[in-house]
Amino acid sequence: MKATLIISDEHHLSTHFNLLDPLDSPDSTHFVRRHANSISVLLCVDPTPISSDLLDLLPALRLIVGSSVGVDHLDLSDCRRRGIAVTSAGEDVADLAVGLLIDVLRGISAAGRFVRSGFWAKTGDYPLGFKLGGKRIGIVGLGNIGSQVAKRLEAFGCIISYNSRRKKPSVPFAYYANIYDLAMNSDVLVVCCALTEETHHIVNKEVMAALGKEGVIINVGRRALIDEKEMVQFLVRGEIGGVGLDVFENEPDVPKELFQLDNVVLSPHSAVATPECFDALEELIIFILKAFFSHEPLRSLVELE
Amino acid sequence: MEKPVVVMINPMSEYLEHELSTRFTLLKLWTHTSKPKFFKQNSNLIKAVVGDTSCGADAEMIESLPRLEIVASYSVGLDKIDLEKWKEKGIRVTNTPDVLTDDVAALAIGLIMAVLRRVCASDGFVRSGKWKDGDFRLATKFSGKSVGIVGLGRIGSAIAKRAEAFRCAISYHSRSQKPHTDYKYYSNIIDLATNCHILVVACALTQETHHIVNRKVIDALGPNGILVNIGRGAQVDEPELVSALLEGRLAGAGIDVYENEPEVPEQLLGLDNVVLLPHVGSDTEETSKAMAVLVIRNLEVYFGNKPLLTPGL
Repeated sequence: MKATLIISDEHHLSTHFNLLDPLDSPDSTHFVRRHANSISVLLCVDPTPISSDLLDLLPALRLIVGSSVGVDHLDLSDCRRRGIAVTSAGEDVADLAVGLLIDVLRGISAAGRFVRSGFWAKTGDYPLGFKLGGKRIGIVGLGNIGSQVAKRLEAFGCIISYNSRRKKPSVPFAYYANIYDLAMNSDVLVVCCALTEETHHIVNKEVMAALGKEGVIINVGRRALIDEKEMVQFLVRGEIGGVGLDVFENEPDVPKELFQLDNVVLSPHSAVATPECFDALEELIIFILKAFFSHEPLRSLVELE
Repeated sequence: MEKPVVVMINPMSEYLEHELSTRFTLLKLWTHTSKPKFFKQNSNLIKAVVGDTSCGADAEMIESLPRLEIVASYSVGLDKIDLEKWKEKGIRVTNTPDVLTDDVAALAIGLIMAVLRRVCASDGFVRSGKWKDGDFRLATKFSGKSVGIVGLGRIGSAIAKRAEAFRCAISYHSRSQKPHTDYKYYSNIIDLATNCHILVVACALTQETHHIVNRKVIDALGPNGILVNIGRGAQVDEPELVSALLEGRLAGAGIDVYENEPEVPEQLLGLDNVVLLPHVGSDTEETSKAMAVLVIRNLEVYFGNKPLLTPGL
């Protein structure tokens, strides 16, 4: 069995909690069995799959704290059945999705270039942008990241709907069983889903046409979720309002046509590139653990299906 | 009955210009080469002035227009209208609150993100083709950072609400503590700056708030701090801000307003930890139209002897 109890910074955490590291023992399964009844929290720093068998070994487990962004390595419905809460650090990705969207709609990067080139004094005002409040946001994949994007955009007065493999019963947003219908009823698509056979090029020509001439697409998911060649054509022909991208099919190669466009914002795959994402993970973990052990409400909780 | 004579100061909105010209006798100040001559010729006709953030109605203008009854500003800020003269002459003033709150607040968050997550700088990095040679350097996380807001009015509150969705702890400074909020209040702006990571200027420009962000406040904010200004340029001591950024005493700044627009301090143009915008706080298609509608409706109700919709005082 792979070592799934991995502590990233023992010293820091061990001042607060009793740490058990199966790597200390030659037989990690035996190690886990021996300590099973005292293990209430599982820390996983890598997205190592947490199997049902492992959870069977940990009857006292109440919380899984993950560092990875997605939660594909966990069977969330299994966790829910067992009464185990799950947290993860997908905030940075959600933050960037919102940052890219505001930039595309308001032209922040483009207006910045306008100022730096001296045009403001020479030619007058920068052209008008578009209001974020009231926009209909279609989230493709309402997992951990999608939920955090939704929470942020709701505060801006946006209307949230989503497409996901299955409808989420406890979620107040409108559900569309397929992405085409979602696009027909949205002003913005934020792509946050995992990449699978089904989601490869899920944002294709038809979806982009359905989104419409003023539609905006933000991709902070995986590179192959959008048909990039088609997207470039839509942009060049003015058949889509704008895009904000953190990922590209052949990164670091980026289609050159995009460099000429002001309604496009390009990010070099930096959604999870803040030092805090790595270092202060401990801060977050300690915060979560302290709250857990003091029976306080937990932040960064993942919505269990 | 003759249509009241309205003078529009700047070509601030084509839509507004068109709508005003169908309802009133519209004079366009910017089309006249000699402004003093224009005012002299029309001084006894002009009943209304439509100004904006760059030019409203200063003391001299108000003095030269003895028939002036109302100034309708295409802005929420009233700092370009001479307060003393306006009261002395009993002139009515209107502005455009509420309709632009969402846009300005969204821009404030956009600026924070642009600075902390280096959205603009990394966009430039990709466009320059440098990504092939190596990754862009790490940015700084936004979620969970402490945000201090100067002025918790409509716009300040809207910024707070949005920042809260990012788990930010909110604190504020204003003339007096606001009764219906749980945000931490600091009666002193230095204490606010000391205790927050991101300082956002969102108050109205008055005599008291002129240079409210000065050297001491910048020092209190510190070398990891970020300043965002979506209020008015004169609220920040611009030369002090420039030297703090050049000397690394401030981590970054997102600025939409300047002391002498459209002039932007040249030394800032080369800094990639600074995001510079050309006063676009409320510049969206939707909001520009909503602001224009408010200006028109205020003038219509005024000349129809009905109560003003959004009086400035």
